[in-house]
Amino acid sequence: MIQLVVFLPLVGFLIAGMIGYKVAPRISELVTTSLLFVAMGLSWSIFVDVGLGHGRASTLALANWFASGALNVDWALRVDALTAVMLVVVTSVSALVHLYSIGYMHDDPHRPRFFAYLSLFTFAMLTLATADNLVQMFFGWEGVGLASYLLIGFWRHKPSANAAAIKAFIVNRVGDFGFALGIFLIFKLTKSVAFDQVFAAAPGLAGQTIHVFGADFDALTLATFLLFTGAMGKSAQIFLHTWLPDAMEGPTPVSALIHAATMVTAGVFMVARLSPLFEYAPATLTFVTIIGATTAFVTATIGLVQNDIKRVIAYSTCSQLGYMFVAEGVGGYSLGIFHLFTHAFFKALLFLGAGSVILATHHEQDMRNMGGLRKHIPVTFAMMAIGTLSLTGFPFTAGYFSKDAIIEAAFAASQHDGAALFAFVATVIAAALTSFYSWRLMFMTFFGKRAAHARVAHEYEDGAQAHEGQPHEGEHEHHAPHESPLVVLAPLAALAIGALAAGLAFEGQFAGHAYEEFWKGSLFTSQENHLLQAMRDIPGWVSFAPTVMMALGFVVAVYVYILAPGAAQKLAGAFPRLYQFLLNKWYFDELYDAMFVRPSFAIGRLFWKGGDGRIIDGLGPDGVAARIVDGARLAVRLQTGYVYHYAFAMLIGVALVATWFVAGGLR
Amino acid sequence: MFGFGILSGVIFLPLVGAAFILALRGDDDATLRNARWAALLTTIVVFALSMVVWARFDATSAAFQFVEQKSWLGSGLVYKLGVDGMSIPFVLLTAFLMPISILASWEITVRVKEYMVAFLVLETLMIGVFCALDLVLFYLFFEGGLIPMFLIIGIWGGKRRVYASFKFFLYTLLGSLLMLIAILAMYGQVGTTDITAMLAAHFSPSMQTWLWLAFFASFAVKLPMWPAHTWLPDAHVEAPTAGSVILAAILLKMGGYGFLRFSLPMFPDASVQFAPLVYALSIIAIIYTSLVALVQEDIKKLIAYSSVAHMGFVTMGLFTLTPQGVQGAIFVMISHGLVSAALFLCVGVIYDRMHTREIAAYGGLVERMPLYAFTFMLFTLANVGLPGTSGFVGEFLTLVGAFNANSWVALFATTGVILSAAYALYLYRRVIFGVLDKPNLAGITDLSTREIAVFAPLLALTIYYGLRPGPILDASAASVAHLLQTHTALLDALKVATQGMTGQ
Repeated sequence: MIQLVVFLPLVGFLIAGMIGYKVAPRISELVTTSLLFVAMGLSWSIFVDVGLGHGRASTLALANWFASGALNVDWALRVDALTAVMLVVVTSVSALVHLYSIGYMHDDPHRPRFFAYLSLFTFAMLTLATADNLVQMFFGWEGVGLASYLLIGFWRHKPSANAAAIKAFIVNRVGDFGFALGIFLIFKLTKSVAFDQVFAAAPGLAGQTIHVFGADFDALTLATFLLFTGAMGKSAQIFLHTWLPDAMEGPTPVSALIHAATMVTAGVFMVARLSPLFEYAPATLTFVTIIGATTAFVTATIGLVQNDIKRVIAYSTCSQLGYMFVAEGVGGYSLGIFHLFTHAFFKALLFLGAGSVILATHHEQDMRNMGGLRKHIPVTFAMMAIGTLSLTGFPFTAGYFSKDAIIEAAFAASQHDGAALFAFVATVIAAALTSFYSWRLMFMTFFGKRAAHARVAHEYEDGAQAHEGQPHEGEHEHHAPHESPLVVLAPLAALAIGALAAGLAFEGQFAGHAYEEFWKGSLFTSQENHLLQAMRDIPGWVSFAPTVMMALGFVVAVYVYILAPGAAQKLAGAFPRLYQFLLNKWYFDELYDAMFVRPSFAIGRLFWKGGDGRIIDGLGPDGVAARIVDGARLAVRLQTGYVYHYAFAMLIGVALVATWFVAGGLR
Repeated sequence: MFGFGILSGVIFLPLVGAAFILALRGDDDATLRNARWAALLTTIVVFALSMVVWARFDATSAAFQFVEQKSWLGSGLVYKLGVDGMSIPFVLLTAFLMPISILASWEITVRVKEYMVAFLVLETLMIGVFCALDLVLFYLFFEGGLIPMFLIIGIWGGKRRVYASFKFFLYTLLGSLLMLIAILAMYGQVGTTDITAMLAAHFSPSMQTWLWLAFFASFAVKLPMWPAHTWLPDAHVEAPTAGSVILAAILLKMGGYGFLRFSLPMFPDASVQFAPLVYALSIIAIIYTSLVALVQEDIKKLIAYSSVAHMGFVTMGLFTLTPQGVQGAIFVMISHGLVSAALFLCVGVIYDRMHTREIAAYGGLVERMPLYAFTFMLFTLANVGLPGTSGFVGEFLTLVGAFNANSWVALFATTGVILSAAYALYLYRRVIFGVLDKPNLAGITDLSTREIAVFAPLLALTIYYGLRPGPILDASAASVAHLLQTHTALLDALKVATQGMTGQ
C-alpha cells in the first residue's frame, strides 16, 4: 500500500510529463488529480492503521541504491506514526491543491507541465517522508528543491520568477551543504547512514568528542548542528529565509502546497525524525530554540508592513515555522509536528483563499488596491476568515491548540533554560504581531472601500514592487470582482474543516493523554525529558497569554484599519526609519548581495582574467610560445607564408620523433 | 585468429573501419554517406564487442583478465593487454561514446573521410590506453592519442585552433618528457616494462618521490588539475562538437586512470606523502574554476571550466585512499563522461543552428525548443549533482571519503555543490528561459530525430546510473579493495608514528 502512495504521484508525473503536451490538458489534470486522491485515501487508511490503530511500524526494502566499503545505502520505505502524519498532510494538501489548480490555472496554456511538476513534487516529498536513511532523505530533500525551483520559475518568461527560482535553489543548497557534511560526520561516527543503526549508536556517542575541522567537538552536537543547517535552509529560518518571500513568484497553488504546507516543513520533520540524535545534543537544541524564536519574531515584524498579499502570508509562514522549531528545541517534538499538522490546513487555506482573491481581482496582489471585497466574494471571505481565526489562535480552532501548546511548552522549559525563556517571550509577542498582520490583511482586502483607481497611481510609484502572477490584460478595473468557481471553492471548504477541527480532534494524540499509544516510540524523548508533564503544572496566566495577545493584535488592527483609517500612514510617518527597516525586510537581501553575490562574481572575474589569463597563461604557455614564435619568425623568414601551419606540423613531428626515439632506446 | 584475444579485437577493429574508409574513392555524396555509415557501424560493432567483454568479466576478482601477451619488435618489448575492475568501465565508456560522437558529426561536410578516419584511429588509441599492460605500449597509446586530437582541432576546429593546439602541446610536452624519463628509470630498476611486474616491484621511498612527481606532471596536465588547466577551455572552444565530447569524456579520464593505474599502486609511499598537495590543488580547482565558470560569456568555456571543477573531485577522491573516495572518483569520471559529453552535445545543437557560442546571443529558447530545453535541463541537473542522476553518487562518495581522510578537505570541497548550482542554473536561465526576443532566434528548430537518437542513450544512462549505480561500483569494488591494502597499512603505520611523536 505504501508503494502505491509514494509511486502513484510519480506515475502521474510521468503521464502528464510525457504525453501531456500531445493530448488535451484536461487529461493531465484528471489523471494527476485522481491519482493524488487515491494516494490520499490510502494515506488516511495508513494513518488510521499505524497511528490511531494498532498497526505496526514497518520498513519495506525496495532495492539497494549504492554500496562502497562500509557505506551501504538502500531504497526503502519506512512507515511509522511520524511518517503517517506526514503522509496525510502531504497527500491531502496536494490532492486539494491539484483540484484547486484545475480552476486556478484554467487559462494557462502550460497546464500539463504544471500538473506534472506538482505530482513530481509530491513524489519527492513522499520519498523524503518515508526515507529510511539519511541519503534517501537527502534524495527527497533535493527532489523537493528541484520541484520548488521548477514551480517558482513556472512562468519562465518573467525575469523576476527566474531569479527567485535560482535564489531558492541556491539558498537551499547552502543549507544542504551543512546537511551533507552532517551525513558525512554521522557516517564517520557510526559507519552507517541507516536510521536504525544510527539511532542505536546514538546513546553510546553521547558526550563523546571528535576531532574534526582542527578542533575537538562534542560529536553529536556538531552532527546535529550540521544537519540542522539543512533544516534552516529548507524551512526558511532566519539567515536562510530570504528565498521564501521571493518564492511567491510562483503560481499561488504552489505557494500553498510547497511554500506553506509541506516542503518548508521538511526541516521540522527532519528534526523530529532525528529526535534520537537531537535528544543527546542539548547544545544544538538550545540553538534550535533560539533560531526558531528569533525567526518567529523577526519575520512577524516584517509581515506587519508588507503590501503584497502573498508576501504577508509568506512571512507568516516563516514565523510559524519558527514556532515549530521552538517546540522541538525545548524537547516537544510532537508539539512541533502538531503545529506542522494544523498549520498545513490553515496556511494552505489562507494561500488558496488569497489565490481566489487574486483570481477575483484579475491578478492583483497589492492589498492597497483591494478593499471592500467582502460583498463581492463572500465565500472566499468566509473561508479566509476561518483561516485567519485559526492562524491567530482563536479559541478551539486548530491553531489555538497547537500554538498555545508551543507557548506553554516554552514556558515550562524556561524554568531551567534561558533560551526557552527567550523563546517564550518572543513567541508571545509574535502571537500579537501575527494577529495584527493577519487582521490587517483581512481588513485591507475585504473591508473599507474598494480602491478601484488606486492601481494606476501605484503602478508608477511601486513599479519595482508590483508582483502580478501573470501579465494582466489592461482594462480590468472595469470588471467587477467575481466569486471563484466551485472547483476552487471546494478545496477551500475542505481545508476550512481541517483548520477548524484538526486541533480539537487530535490534541490528545499530539500533546496529551494518547501520546504513547499514538507515536509508539517513533519520536524519541530521553529520560530527562519531562516536558509534557511539566506543561500540566504551569500557572493559569500562561495559558491565557496567547489568547490575550491575539485579542490585542485584533483590537489594534481594528483601530488602525477600520475605526481610524489613515492611522497606518500616520504611524509609518511617525517612525520612518523603523518603517523603512521593516519594509525592506531588515535589509537581508542587500546585505547578502554585498557580502556573497557580488564578491563571487568579482572574484570569478579576477581569477579568470588575472589568474588564468595574466599569471598562468602569461608566465606559462603564452610566454613560452611568444619566445618560440620570435625565434621561428627569424628562421622562417626564408620561407613564404603559413608560419603557423609549419609550426604546427613541426610540433607534431617532434612528438613522433621523441616517441620513436624512446621506443628504440628501450630495446 | 593469430592468437590474439578479444581485447586486441576491440582495440584494432576501428583501424579496420578506418582502412575501409581510406579505400573509398571519390568525393560524391554516396561515398561520403558510405564513409559515415562505415564509421558508425564500426563503432557500433566495437561497442557490441566491448559488451561481450563486459558480460564475460568476473567482477569478483581483482586480477587482470583477458590477458594476452606477445613479444614485439623482436626484442625486450612486450605487447601485453588486460583489463581489471578499474579499467573496464573506461573501455566501455569509450566504446559507448564513439557511435554517439560519429552520429553527432553527421553534418560535417569538410573532409568527411579524413574526419571519420581520425576518430576511428583515436578510438583505437584510447581503448589501447585502458587495456595496455606494458608501460611502453601504454605510453605509445597515451601520447599517440594526441595526434588525431590535434588534427581534429587543427583541421575541423574554430578560428583560434592553432593557438589552442599550441597551448595544449606546450603543456603536454613537458609532462610527457618527464613521464618518459620516469619510465626509463623504472625500466632500469625492474628490468622489464611489464605493468604487472612493476605492480609487484617495490621502489625505494626516495625514488618513489621522483617517479611520482614525474608521472604527476603528465597526468595533472591531462586531467587537468589547477594550475595546468588553461589549455582545456581553449581546446574545447576551438574543437568541433564531437572533438569536445571525446576530449571531455575520455581524454581527460586518461589522467585519472593514470593515477589509478600507476601513481597509487606503484608509489604508495609517495602517494601518501603527496596527498596533501593533491588535496590543496583539488580544492583550489573546485572553488577557483567554479567561480571562473560563473562569469564566462561563452557556453563551451563555461562547461569546460565546470569540467575542471569536477576533475577536482576525482583527484581529491583518489588520494583520500579510502574505498568510497577511490570508487567515487571512478564513478565521477564515468558520470562526467556521460554528462559532459551530453552538455557539449547540447552546445553543439545550438551552435549548429546559430554558429555562435555567446551566451548573450541566446535566451528564451524554451519557447521554440521544448525538447531541447528538457534535455539540457536534465544534464544541467546531473552536472550539479542532483540525487537521482549519476552526478550525485560519485560526488557524494568522494566527499564521504574525503571527510574520513581529512575533514577540512571535505568542508571546502562541499562548497562546490553550492557553486556548481550557481553557475549551471545561471547559464541555463540565460540560454533557455526568458523571452525569446532576438529576431534571428525566431526560426530556430527543436531537436531532430538524429539528435534525439544521440541524446536518448546518454539520458537513459544518466538516470539509470543515478538510481542504480551498482554495475559500475561493483565492477571496481574488488580491484579498489586490492589496491588500497598497501595504503591502509601505510596510513595506519603513519598514524601510529604520529601518535608516538605527540606522545599520546
